[in-house]
Amino acid sequence: MAKIDFVLNGKKTVADCHPAMRLLDYLRTEAKLTGVKEGCGEGECGACSVLLDHKVANSCMVPMANVMGKEVITIEGFRDTQKFKVLEKAFQEAGAVQCGICTPGMIIASESLLNVNPHPTDDEIRIALSGNLCRCTGYNMIVEAVLQAAREGEGLW
Amino acid sequence: MVEALMPKDLASALDLLEKNECLLFAGGTDLMVQKRSWSETIPKFDKPVMFLSGIKQLGHIIDHPNHISIGAMVTLENLLVSDLTPKLLKRCIAEMAAPGIRNLATLAGNIGNASPAGDSLPVLYVLDAMVKIQSKSDSRLVNIADYIIGPRQTILAPNEMITEIQIPKRYFTNESFVKVGPRRSDTIAKLSLAGVASIENAVVTEIRIAFGAVYKTIVRDKLIEASLSGKSPSALRELVPEIIDKYSKLIVPIDDQRSSAQYRHQVSLNLLADFIRSL
Repeated sequence: MAKIDFVLNGKKTVADCHPAMRLLDYLRTEAKLTGVKEGCGEGECGACSVLLDHKVANSCMVPMANVMGKEVITIEGFRDTQKFKVLEKAFQEAGAVQCGICTPGMIIASESLLNVNPHPTDDEIRIALSGNLCRCTGYNMIVEAVLQAAREGEGLW
Repeated sequence: MVEALMPKDLASALDLLEKNECLLFAGGTDLMVQKRSWSETIPKFDKPVMFLSGIKQLGHIIDHPNHISIGAMVTLENLLVSDLTPKLLKRCIAEMAAPGIRNLATLAGNIGNASPAGDSLPVLYVLDAMVKIQSKSDSRLVNIADYIIGPRQTILAPNEMITEIQIPKRYFTNESFVKVGPRRSDTIAKLSLAGVASIENAVVTEIRIAFGAVYKTIVRDKLIEASLSGKSPSALRELVPEIIDKYSKLIVPIDDQRSSAQYRHQVSLNLLADFIRSL
Protein backbone atom coordinates (compact mmCIF):
# COMPACT_ATOMS: atom_id res chain seq x y z
CA MET A 1 0.00 0.00 0.00
CA ALA A 2 1.09 3.56 -0.54
CA LYS A 3 -0.15 7.06 0.02
CA ILE A 4 -0.79 8.81 -3.29
CA ASP A 5 -1.16 12.59 -3.13
CA PHE A 6 -3.04 14.14 -5.98
CA VAL A 7 -5.78 16.62 -6.77
CA LEU A 8 -9.16 15.12 -7.63
CA ASN A 9 -11.78 17.44 -9.07
CA GLY A 10 -10.10 20.40 -7.42
CA LYS A 11 -9.68 18.80 -3.99
CA LYS A 12 -6.37 17.73 -2.48
CA THR A 13 -6.69 13.99 -2.03
CA VAL A 14 -4.59 11.30 -0.41
CA ALA A 15 -5.39 7.85 -1.72
CA ASP A 16 -4.33 4.98 0.52
CA CYS A 17 -4.11 2.18 -2.00
CA HIS A 18 -1.90 -0.23 -3.90
CA PRO A 19 0.22 1.78 -6.36
CA ALA A 20 -0.81 -0.57 -9.18
CA MET A 21 -4.53 -0.06 -8.55
CA ARG A 22 -6.16 1.31 -11.67
CA LEU A 23 -7.23 4.94 -11.45
CA LEU A 24 -10.53 3.77 -12.95
CA ASP A 25 -11.17 1.45 -10.00
CA TYR A 26 -10.14 4.09 -7.47
CA LEU A 27 -12.53 6.59 -9.00
CA ARG A 28 -15.48 4.23 -9.19
CA THR A 29 -15.10 2.24 -5.97
CA GLU A 30 -13.28 4.55 -3.54
CA ALA A 31 -14.25 8.02 -4.74
CA LYS A 32 -17.70 6.85 -5.93
CA LEU A 33 -17.36 8.79 -9.14
CA THR A 34 -19.32 6.52 -11.43
CA GLY A 35 -19.50 8.88 -14.39
CA VAL A 36 -16.25 7.17 -15.35
CA LYS A 37 -17.25 3.94 -17.09
CA GLU A 38 -15.40 0.73 -17.72
CA GLY A 39 -16.07 -0.37 -21.26
CA CYS A 40 -13.26 -2.53 -22.56
CA GLY A 41 -10.68 -2.19 -19.79
CA GLU A 42 -7.85 -2.15 -22.32
CA GLY A 43 -7.69 1.32 -23.79
CA GLU A 44 -9.83 0.73 -26.85
CA CYS A 45 -13.13 2.42 -26.04
CA GLY A 46 -12.48 5.63 -24.10
CA ALA A 47 -15.50 5.24 -21.77
CA CYS A 48 -13.09 5.63 -18.81
CA SER A 49 -11.57 8.89 -20.09
CA VAL A 50 -10.53 11.46 -17.50
CA LEU A 51 -8.42 14.58 -17.69
CA LEU A 52 -4.96 13.90 -16.28
CA ASP A 53 -3.16 17.21 -15.97
CA HIS A 54 -5.80 18.61 -18.35
CA LYS A 55 -5.18 16.02 -21.06
CA VAL A 56 -7.47 13.14 -21.91
CA ALA A 57 -6.26 9.78 -20.57
CA ASN A 58 -7.76 6.30 -20.37
CA SER A 59 -8.07 5.74 -16.62
CA CYS A 60 -8.14 1.95 -17.10
CA MET A 61 -4.47 2.14 -18.11
CA VAL A 62 -3.27 4.45 -15.35
CA PRO A 63 -2.01 2.91 -12.12
CA MET A 64 -2.41 5.10 -9.03
CA ALA A 65 1.40 5.38 -8.84
CA ASN A 66 1.30 7.47 -12.02
CA VAL A 67 -1.27 9.84 -10.53
CA MET A 68 1.08 11.00 -7.78
CA GLY A 69 1.35 14.80 -7.80
CA LYS A 70 -1.04 15.16 -10.72
CA GLU A 71 -4.48 16.61 -11.22
CA VAL A 72 -7.41 14.40 -12.17
CA ILE A 73 -10.70 15.80 -13.41
CA THR A 74 -13.65 13.50 -14.03
CA ILE A 75 -16.97 14.37 -15.64
CA GLU A 76 -18.30 15.08 -12.11
CA GLY A 77 -15.65 17.75 -11.59
CA PHE A 78 -15.96 19.15 -15.08
CA ARG A 79 -19.74 19.53 -14.95
CA ASP A 80 -19.54 22.59 -12.69
CA THR A 81 -17.80 24.61 -15.37
CA GLN A 82 -19.17 26.99 -17.97
CA LYS A 83 -17.40 24.98 -20.65
CA PHE A 84 -19.34 21.90 -19.63
CA LYS A 85 -22.62 23.78 -19.96
CA VAL A 86 -21.74 24.81 -23.51
CA LEU A 87 -20.78 21.23 -24.40
CA GLU A 88 -23.87 19.83 -22.67
CA LYS A 89 -26.22 22.10 -24.62
CA ALA A 90 -24.46 21.35 -27.90
CA PHE A 91 -24.54 17.58 -27.28
CA GLN A 92 -28.26 17.79 -26.48
CA GLU A 93 -29.16 19.92 -29.46
CA ALA A 94 -27.09 17.97 -31.97
CA GLY A 95 -28.53 14.66 -30.81
CA ALA A 96 -25.07 13.50 -29.78
CA VAL A 97 -26.34 11.44 -26.84
CA GLN A 98 -28.34 8.27 -27.16
CA CYS A 99 -27.64 5.53 -24.62
CA GLY A 100 -25.11 7.81 -22.92
CA ILE A 101 -22.43 5.38 -21.81
CA CYS A 102 -19.76 6.93 -24.03
CA THR A 103 -20.88 10.49 -23.31
CA PRO A 104 -18.72 11.31 -20.25
CA GLY A 105 -15.67 10.13 -22.20
CA MET A 106 -16.73 12.05 -25.31
CA ILE A 107 -17.16 15.25 -23.30
CA ILE A 108 -13.78 14.79 -21.60
CA ALA A 109 -12.03 14.12 -24.93
CA SER A 110 -13.77 17.17 -26.45
CA GLU A 111 -12.62 19.35 -23.55
CA SER A 112 -9.06 18.04 -23.96
CA LEU A 113 -9.17 19.04 -27.63
CA LEU A 114 -10.81 22.46 -27.17
CA ASN A 115 -8.33 23.27 -24.42
CA VAL A 116 -5.47 23.29 -26.93
CA ASN A 117 -7.43 23.95 -30.11
CA PRO A 118 -10.49 26.19 -29.58
CA HIS A 119 -11.41 26.19 -33.29
CA PRO A 120 -10.97 22.62 -34.47
CA THR A 121 -11.83 21.39 -37.94
CA ASP A 122 -14.09 18.43 -38.55
CA ASP A 123 -11.03 16.24 -39.12
CA GLU A 124 -9.26 17.46 -35.97
CA ILE A 125 -12.37 16.58 -33.94
CA ARG A 126 -12.48 13.10 -35.44
CA ILE A 127 -8.82 12.57 -34.55
CA ALA A 128 -9.34 13.92 -31.01
CA LEU A 129 -12.30 11.58 -30.47
CA SER A 130 -10.72 8.63 -32.27
CA GLY A 131 -10.14 6.78 -29.01
CA ASN A 132 -13.79 7.04 -27.95
CA LEU A 133 -16.25 4.52 -29.30
CA CYS A 134 -19.96 5.22 -29.63
CA ARG A 135 -22.26 2.42 -30.74
CA CYS A 136 -25.39 4.58 -31.14
CA THR A 137 -24.92 7.87 -32.90
CA GLY A 138 -22.69 7.12 -35.85
CA TYR A 139 -20.37 9.92 -34.67
CA ASN A 140 -21.57 12.63 -37.05
CA MET A 141 -23.84 14.16 -34.40
CA ILE A 142 -21.00 14.13 -31.89
CA VAL A 143 -18.69 15.90 -34.32
CA GLU A 144 -21.48 18.40 -35.00
CA ALA A 145 -21.89 18.94 -31.27
CA VAL A 146 -18.21 19.75 -30.78
CA LEU A 147 -18.28 22.15 -33.74
CA GLN A 148 -21.34 23.84 -32.23
CA ALA A 149 -19.72 24.03 -28.79
CA ALA A 150 -16.61 25.61 -30.30
CA ARG A 151 -18.81 28.23 -32.01
CA GLU A 152 -21.08 28.95 -29.08
CA GLY A 153 -18.33 28.81 -26.50
CA GLU A 154 -16.25 31.40 -28.35
CA GLY A 155 -13.80 32.93 -25.87
CA LEU A 156 -14.25 30.22 -23.24
CA TRP A 157 -11.42 28.03 -24.48
CA MET B 1 0.67 -8.64 -3.54
CA VAL B 2 3.58 -7.51 -5.67
CA GLU B 3 6.01 -4.97 -4.31
CA ALA B 4 5.95 -1.56 -5.95
CA LEU B 5 8.83 0.88 -6.08
CA MET B 6 8.34 4.56 -6.80
CA PRO B 7 11.75 6.26 -7.07
CA LYS B 8 11.76 10.06 -7.14
CA ASP B 9 14.93 10.48 -9.19
CA LEU B 10 17.17 8.59 -11.57
CA ALA B 11 19.95 7.92 -9.05
CA SER B 12 17.61 6.19 -6.63
CA ALA B 13 15.96 4.25 -9.46
CA LEU B 14 19.34 2.92 -10.62
CA ASP B 15 20.29 2.19 -7.02
CA LEU B 16 17.12 0.16 -6.50
CA LEU B 17 17.73 -1.74 -9.74
CA GLU B 18 21.05 -3.03 -8.35
CA LYS B 19 19.18 -4.82 -5.58
CA ASN B 20 15.85 -5.71 -7.17
CA GLU B 21 14.89 -7.33 -10.42
CA CYS B 22 12.00 -5.15 -11.48
CA LEU B 23 9.47 -4.73 -14.20
CA LEU B 24 10.09 -1.21 -15.49
CA PHE B 25 6.84 0.71 -15.83
CA ALA B 26 6.72 3.95 -17.85
CA GLY B 27 3.37 4.93 -19.39
CA GLY B 28 2.02 1.46 -18.80
CA THR B 29 -0.28 1.31 -21.81
CA ASP B 30 1.13 -2.08 -22.85
CA LEU B 31 1.72 -3.47 -19.37
CA MET B 32 -1.72 -2.59 -18.01
CA VAL B 33 -3.24 -4.66 -20.82
CA GLN B 34 -0.72 -7.52 -20.67
CA LYS B 35 -1.01 -7.84 -16.89
CA ARG B 36 -4.69 -7.03 -16.74
CA SER B 37 -6.76 -8.88 -14.17
CA TRP B 38 -10.46 -8.80 -13.34
CA SER B 39 -12.16 -5.46 -13.09
CA GLU B 40 -11.60 -3.83 -9.67
CA THR B 41 -8.58 -6.03 -8.92
CA ILE B 42 -4.88 -5.17 -9.04
CA PRO B 43 -3.12 -6.06 -12.31
CA LYS B 44 -1.11 -9.28 -11.96
CA PHE B 45 2.55 -8.38 -12.12
CA ASP B 46 4.91 -11.30 -11.67
CA LYS B 47 7.79 -9.32 -10.20
CA PRO B 48 8.26 -6.07 -8.32
CA VAL B 49 7.20 -3.10 -10.40
CA MET B 50 9.21 0.09 -10.61
CA PHE B 51 7.02 3.04 -11.54
CA LEU B 52 9.19 5.60 -13.33
CA SER B 53 6.69 8.44 -13.58
CA GLY B 54 8.17 10.24 -10.56
CA ILE B 55 11.53 10.69 -12.28
CA LYS B 56 11.29 14.23 -13.58
CA GLN B 57 14.70 14.30 -15.26
CA LEU B 58 13.56 11.86 -17.97
CA GLY B 59 10.99 14.24 -19.47
CA HIS B 60 13.32 16.19 -21.77
CA ILE B 61 13.41 16.73 -25.51
CA ILE B 62 16.74 18.41 -26.28
CA ASP B 63 18.13 19.74 -29.53
CA HIS B 64 21.81 18.83 -29.92
CA PRO B 65 23.95 19.81 -32.93
CA ASN B 66 23.84 16.33 -34.48
CA HIS B 67 20.91 14.63 -32.81
CA ILE B 68 17.85 15.19 -30.70
CA SER B 69 17.57 13.40 -27.40
CA ILE B 70 14.26 12.24 -26.05
CA GLY B 71 13.96 11.36 -22.37
CA ALA B 72 12.52 7.98 -21.49
CA MET B 73 9.37 9.47 -19.94
CA VAL B 74 8.50 11.73 -22.88
CA THR B 75 5.02 10.78 -24.06
CA LEU B 76 3.98 10.21 -27.65
CA GLU B 77 1.71 13.26 -27.47
CA ASN B 78 4.68 15.38 -26.25
CA LEU B 79 6.53 14.26 -29.39
CA LEU B 80 3.55 14.93 -31.62
CA VAL B 81 3.47 18.59 -30.58
CA SER B 82 7.22 19.23 -30.33
CA ASP B 83 8.97 21.13 -33.14
CA LEU B 84 12.06 19.02 -32.56
CA THR B 85 10.50 15.67 -33.43
CA PRO B 86 11.58 14.32 -36.85
CA LYS B 87 8.73 14.61 -39.36
CA LEU B 88 8.62 10.91 -40.16
CA LEU B 89 8.38 9.99 -36.49
CA LYS B 90 5.51 12.45 -36.08
CA ARG B 91 3.70 10.96 -39.03
CA CYS B 92 4.01 7.55 -37.42
CA ILE B 93 2.97 8.70 -33.94
CA ALA B 94 -0.13 10.34 -35.42
CA GLU B 95 -1.24 6.81 -36.36
CA MET B 96 -0.45 5.28 -32.98
CA ALA B 97 -3.33 4.49 -30.63
CA ALA B 98 -5.47 7.54 -29.80
CA PRO B 99 -5.00 10.75 -27.75
CA GLY B 100 -5.99 9.14 -24.41
CA ILE B 101 -3.20 6.60 -24.83
CA ARG B 102 -0.68 8.90 -26.54
CA ASN B 103 -0.88 11.17 -23.48
CA LEU B 104 0.37 8.25 -21.35
CA ALA B 105 2.52 6.08 -23.62
CA THR B 106 6.22 6.75 -24.08
CA LEU B 107 8.57 6.19 -27.01
CA ALA B 108 11.02 4.40 -24.69
CA GLY B 109 8.19 2.10 -23.65
CA ASN B 110 7.43 1.21 -27.25
CA ILE B 111 11.10 0.24 -27.63
CA GLY B 112 11.31 -1.55 -24.28
CA ASN B 113 8.18 -3.56 -25.03
CA ALA B 114 9.97 -4.77 -28.18
CA SER B 115 6.85 -6.01 -29.92
CA PRO B 116 7.48 -6.99 -33.57
CA ALA B 117 4.41 -4.82 -34.28
CA GLY B 118 5.64 -1.80 -32.27
CA ASP B 119 4.51 1.10 -34.44
CA SER B 120 7.43 3.44 -33.90
CA LEU B 121 10.08 0.78 -34.46
CA PRO B 122 10.37 0.70 -38.29
CA VAL B 123 10.73 4.49 -38.24
CA LEU B 124 13.33 4.41 -35.47
CA TYR B 125 15.23 1.71 -37.41
CA VAL B 126 15.45 3.78 -40.61
CA LEU B 127 16.41 6.87 -38.61
CA ASP B 128 19.20 4.84 -36.93
CA ALA B 129 17.93 5.77 -33.47
CA MET B 130 20.28 5.08 -30.58
CA VAL B 131 19.07 3.80 -27.22
CA LYS B 132 20.86 5.11 -24.15
CA ILE B 133 20.95 2.53 -21.39
CA GLN B 134 22.10 3.31 -17.88
CA SER B 135 22.94 1.30 -14.80
CA LYS B 136 24.26 2.62 -11.52
CA SER B 137 27.87 2.36 -12.66
CA ASP B 138 27.69 2.37 -16.43
CA SER B 139 26.06 3.94 -19.45
CA ARG B 140 26.00 2.69 -23.04
CA LEU B 141 24.57 3.82 -26.32
CA VAL B 142 23.24 1.09 -28.61
CA ASN B 143 21.69 1.19 -32.06
CA ILE B 144 18.03 0.21 -31.82
CA ALA B 145 18.63 -2.70 -34.22
CA ASP B 146 21.12 -4.16 -31.73
CA TYR B 147 18.95 -3.35 -28.73
CA ILE B 148 15.99 -5.53 -29.76
CA ILE B 149 16.94 -9.18 -30.24
CA GLY B 150 13.59 -10.95 -30.52
CA PRO B 151 9.89 -10.66 -29.82
CA ARG B 152 9.76 -8.86 -26.45
CA GLN B 153 13.46 -9.60 -25.97
CA THR B 154 16.10 -6.95 -25.57
CA ILE B 155 19.68 -6.77 -24.37
CA LEU B 156 18.66 -4.80 -21.27
CA ALA B 157 20.29 -6.27 -18.16
CA PRO B 158 18.23 -6.46 -14.94
CA ASN B 159 20.16 -3.56 -13.39
CA GLU B 160 19.73 -1.28 -16.42
CA MET B 161 17.06 0.99 -17.82
CA ILE B 162 16.52 3.05 -20.96
CA THR B 163 17.02 6.69 -20.06
CA GLU B 164 17.05 8.35 -23.46
CA ILE B 165 16.53 7.87 -27.19
CA GLN B 166 18.86 9.74 -29.52
CA ILE B 167 17.82 10.37 -33.10
CA PRO B 168 20.51 11.57 -35.50
CA LYS B 169 19.56 14.66 -37.47
CA ARG B 170 19.45 13.73 -41.11
CA TYR B 171 17.61 15.27 -44.00
CA PHE B 172 16.09 12.88 -46.51
CA THR B 173 14.48 13.97 -49.76
CA ASN B 174 11.98 11.11 -49.57
CA GLU B 175 10.26 9.74 -46.49
CA SER B 176 7.43 7.29 -46.18
CA PHE B 177 5.59 5.46 -43.43
CA VAL B 178 2.66 3.19 -44.10
CA LYS B 179 0.78 1.27 -41.43
CA VAL B 180 -1.78 -1.30 -42.49
CA GLY B 181 -4.51 -1.97 -39.95
CA PRO B 182 -8.26 -2.44 -39.78
CA ARG B 183 -8.92 1.10 -38.59
CA ARG B 184 -7.00 4.33 -38.32
CA SER B 185 -6.71 4.65 -34.57
CA ASP B 186 -6.38 2.30 -31.63
CA THR B 187 -5.16 -0.47 -33.85
CA ILE B 188 -2.22 -2.83 -33.83
CA ALA B 189 -0.53 -3.01 -37.21
CA LYS B 190 -1.02 -5.99 -39.47
CA LEU B 191 2.21 -4.79 -41.02
CA SER B 192 4.05 -1.55 -41.66
CA LEU B 193 6.83 -0.09 -43.76
CA ALA B 194 9.13 2.87 -43.20
CA GLY B 195 11.37 4.10 -45.97
CA VAL B 196 13.73 7.05 -46.38
CA ALA B 197 15.96 8.01 -49.27
CA SER B 198 18.14 10.85 -50.44
CA ILE B 199 18.20 11.74 -54.09
CA GLU B 200 20.87 14.12 -55.34
CA ASN B 201 21.35 14.98 -59.02
CA ALA B 202 19.02 12.17 -60.02
CA VAL B 203 21.01 9.59 -58.07
CA VAL B 204 19.76 7.77 -54.99
CA THR B 205 22.68 8.36 -52.66
CA GLU B 206 21.15 6.58 -49.73
CA ILE B 207 18.12 4.44 -49.08
CA ARG B 208 16.85 2.74 -45.94
CA ILE B 209 13.84 0.47 -45.64
CA ALA B 210 12.35 -1.23 -42.58
CA PHE B 211 9.38 -3.58 -42.27
CA GLY B 212 7.26 -4.01 -39.14
CA ALA B 213 5.21 -7.01 -37.95
CA VAL B 214 6.55 -9.40 -40.58
CA TYR B 215 9.31 -11.15 -38.60
CA LYS B 216 10.51 -11.70 -35.03
CA THR B 217 12.09 -8.28 -35.09
CA ILE B 218 11.90 -5.33 -37.46
CA VAL B 219 13.44 -6.26 -40.83
CA ARG B 220 16.12 -3.95 -42.16
CA ASP B 221 18.97 -5.10 -44.39
CA LYS B 222 21.90 -2.75 -44.87
CA LEU B 223 23.54 -4.91 -47.55
CA ILE B 224 20.49 -4.72 -49.80
CA GLU B 225 20.24 -0.99 -49.09
CA ALA B 226 23.90 -0.51 -50.11
CA SER B 227 23.28 -2.40 -53.34
CA LEU B 228 20.44 0.00 -54.18
CA SER B 229 22.28 3.25 -53.62
CA GLY B 230 24.23 4.96 -56.38
CA LYS B 231 21.51 4.18 -58.90
CA SER B 232 19.00 6.51 -60.47
CA PRO B 233 15.34 6.31 -59.42
CA SER B 234 14.43 5.05 -62.88
CA ALA B 235 17.08 2.32 -62.69
CA LEU B 236 15.63 1.27 -59.34
CA ARG B 237 12.16 1.15 -60.83
CA GLU B 238 13.46 -1.27 -63.45
CA LEU B 239 14.90 -3.39 -60.64
CA VAL B 240 11.68 -3.66 -58.61
CA PRO B 241 11.19 -7.41 -59.33
CA GLU B 242 14.74 -8.19 -58.17
CA ILE B 243 14.42 -5.95 -55.11
CA ILE B 244 11.19 -7.68 -54.18
CA ASP B 245 12.92 -11.01 -54.60
CA LYS B 246 15.73 -10.02 -52.24
CA TYR B 247 13.41 -8.81 -49.47
CA SER B 248 10.93 -11.62 -50.01
CA LYS B 249 13.25 -14.09 -48.26
CA LEU B 250 13.60 -11.82 -45.22
CA ILE B 251 9.88 -11.29 -44.74
CA VAL B 252 8.73 -14.30 -42.77
CA PRO B 253 5.51 -13.29 -41.01
CA ILE B 254 3.16 -15.37 -38.88
CA ASP B 255 -0.55 -16.08 -38.98
CA ASP B 256 -2.36 -14.57 -36.01
CA GLN B 257 -5.70 -13.04 -35.07
CA ARG B 258 -4.81 -9.80 -36.84
CA SER B 259 -3.74 -11.09 -40.23
CA SER B 260 -2.39 -14.02 -42.19
CA ALA B 261 1.23 -14.67 -43.08
CA GLN B 262 0.36 -14.67 -46.77
CA TYR B 263 -1.39 -11.29 -46.61
CA ARG B 264 1.44 -9.74 -44.61
CA HIS B 265 4.06 -11.06 -47.01
CA GLN B 266 2.28 -9.90 -50.13
CA VAL B 267 1.25 -6.47 -48.87
CA SER B 268 4.73 -5.73 -47.46
CA LEU B 269 6.24 -6.38 -50.86
CA ASN B 270 3.54 -4.26 -52.53
CA LEU B 271 4.41 -1.39 -50.20
CA LEU B 272 8.10 -1.91 -50.94
CA ALA B 273 7.40 -1.66 -54.68
CA ASP B 274 5.27 1.47 -54.06
CA PHE B 275 8.10 3.09 -52.12
CA ILE B 276 10.71 2.34 -54.79
CA ARG B 277 8.40 3.59 -57.54
CA SER B 278 7.69 6.78 -55.56
CA LEU B 279 11.35 7.85 -55.67
